[in-house]
Amino acid sequence: MNTAGVDIGIKTTKVVLLNCDKIIARSCVLTGWKPQQAGESALTAALADARMARDDVTQIVATGAGRQAFSLAQRNVTEVTADARALALLHPQVRTVIDVGAEEARALKCTAGRMLDFAVNEKCAAGAGVFIETMARTLEVSLDEMGALSLQAVGAATLNSQCTVFAESEVVSLIHTQTPKAEIVRAVHDAIAGRVASLARRVGAEPEIALVGGIAHNIGFIDAVKRELAVDIIVPRDPEFIGALGAALIARES
Amino acid sequence: MPQEFWRWKEYNWHAPDLVWQEARSITAGVDVGSVSTQAVVMIDGELLAYANRRTGSSSPDSARRAMDWALKDTDLAIEDIHYIIGTGYGRVNVPFAHKTTTEITCHARGANLLYGPAVRTVLDMGGQDCKAIKIDAQGRVVNFLMNDKCAAGTGRGLEVIADLLQVPIEEMGELSLQVENEPEPVSSMCVVFAKTEALGLLRKGWKKNDVLAAYSRAMARRVAALLRRIGIESEFVITGGIAKNVGIVTRLEKELGIVARKPNFDTQIAGAVGAALIAQERMMKDAK
Repeated sequence: MNTAGVDIGIKTTKVVLLNCDKIIARSCVLTGWKPQQAGESALTAALADARMARDDVTQIVATGAGRQAFSLAQRNVTEVTADARALALLHPQVRTVIDVGAEEARALKCTAGRMLDFAVNEKCAAGAGVFIETMARTLEVSLDEMGALSLQAVGAATLNSQCTVFAESEVVSLIHTQTPKAEIVRAVHDAIAGRVASLARRVGAEPEIALVGGIAHNIGFIDAVKRELAVDIIVPRDPEFIGALGAALIARES
Repeated sequence: MPQEFWRWKEYNWHAPDLVWQEARSITAGVDVGSVSTQAVVMIDGELLAYANRRTGSSSPDSARRAMDWALKDTDLAIEDIHYIIGTGYGRVNVPFAHKTTTEITCHARGANLLYGPAVRTVLDMGGQDCKAIKIDAQGRVVNFLMNDKCAAGTGRGLEVIADLLQVPIEEMGELSLQVENEPEPVSSMCVVFAKTEALGLLRKGWKKNDVLAAYSRAMARRVAALLRRIGIESEFVITGGIAKNVGIVTRLEKELGIVARKPNFDTQIAGAVGAALIAQERMMKDAK
């Protein structure tokens, strides 16, 4: 039985195609302004990759911010439900999942694939991926380089502002006072890690803790979260596909 | 260079016919804010000159530049000033100040002088924060609440939207009122998210003015919540740069059901005026 999970995020749309528990194809496209279209094109890309037709897929489950707008799915589930399901397969010992998206961060408590409690920040950009993106742009550092660069920091700068808009001005001042870029990048990661960690504490922050979402490719951010929570962090393979994987697994059970 | 829509005009002013040579007190207040810096010079409690400039990366330089500019068309030198008080976010970095005072105390005093002793509620809408202040008839602070954590409801937030919509910041208020129907406010609180939301509205075919109206309304709501928490007593006044945005002021008045007293002076100088007044008091006290 083939199933698909379609995770339509604010920034990117991800699809995972499953044959039983085996991933047979994946795809990722920019969401843009039309979630339905993004979902369709990501699905088409994944099907092409697997040399399959739409009819070969028995069940489609959607998740992510655009999930309700996606008409091809038989049902949709929240991001936290999908995350809990995927982690049960990949790292069943995980009790807390931190999922940082482009404009929203979530922390959830889970056991055996069930989501028990969750906390969300969708009100403030300072705790979401867009915070790092904004600062990367201001620093003229590519997003991919941010992680490695922050690990080179010798000293530590601090950002006093919480707000993304204010922190951006603060970063500009730090650049003007010739603070090494690596130290500023580290301060950026520390700032968002602090907020994400407090979200995790709201659901208990019980180990083991996993970090998912595209941001989990950023080794500087992972390091900052580890220091902030003083525990080791599990990063699953291809962390940006966790939501889509969870949705595909749920599709199989429907 | 592309046009900078957020950039507002810097300026200075002086009273043409005030004579300072025989004044008992010549005092000054310098309000170094996170976005703008004002210097005000008063003689015996009357406005002699002021300047309003953008704050640079160094607070001492910003303070000095504002002061020099205020004095430019007078024949006063900074050494002629008896007492200077620094206030605002960068107040500890005004090298020529005798003392510092918080901007909350200063705005309260400034509003008391500029709008009269009947003022009980002052809303200071600054560059990076927003304060609701309750004051008594002497201009003393009774209570205050402040948002300095978030750009929503601040001048910086407004600058971001000015740049996004490519509307000069000084024209935003008027334009936001030129709409056929008042739209619903943008739903995002965060300026970063509101920016995305505004872009989405433009893509849907909304006119700029409608987007401006939706944003101004959201901002008014946010600030109204702060005021409600402290309780509004009349008379009510608004100081700071955003007080010049008629679109936000009108919507705030509507939201609160109270009319703000309109100024006949620059609302951005209220803090520096308060500082100069407090300087005068200190000077008299020290002389005794």
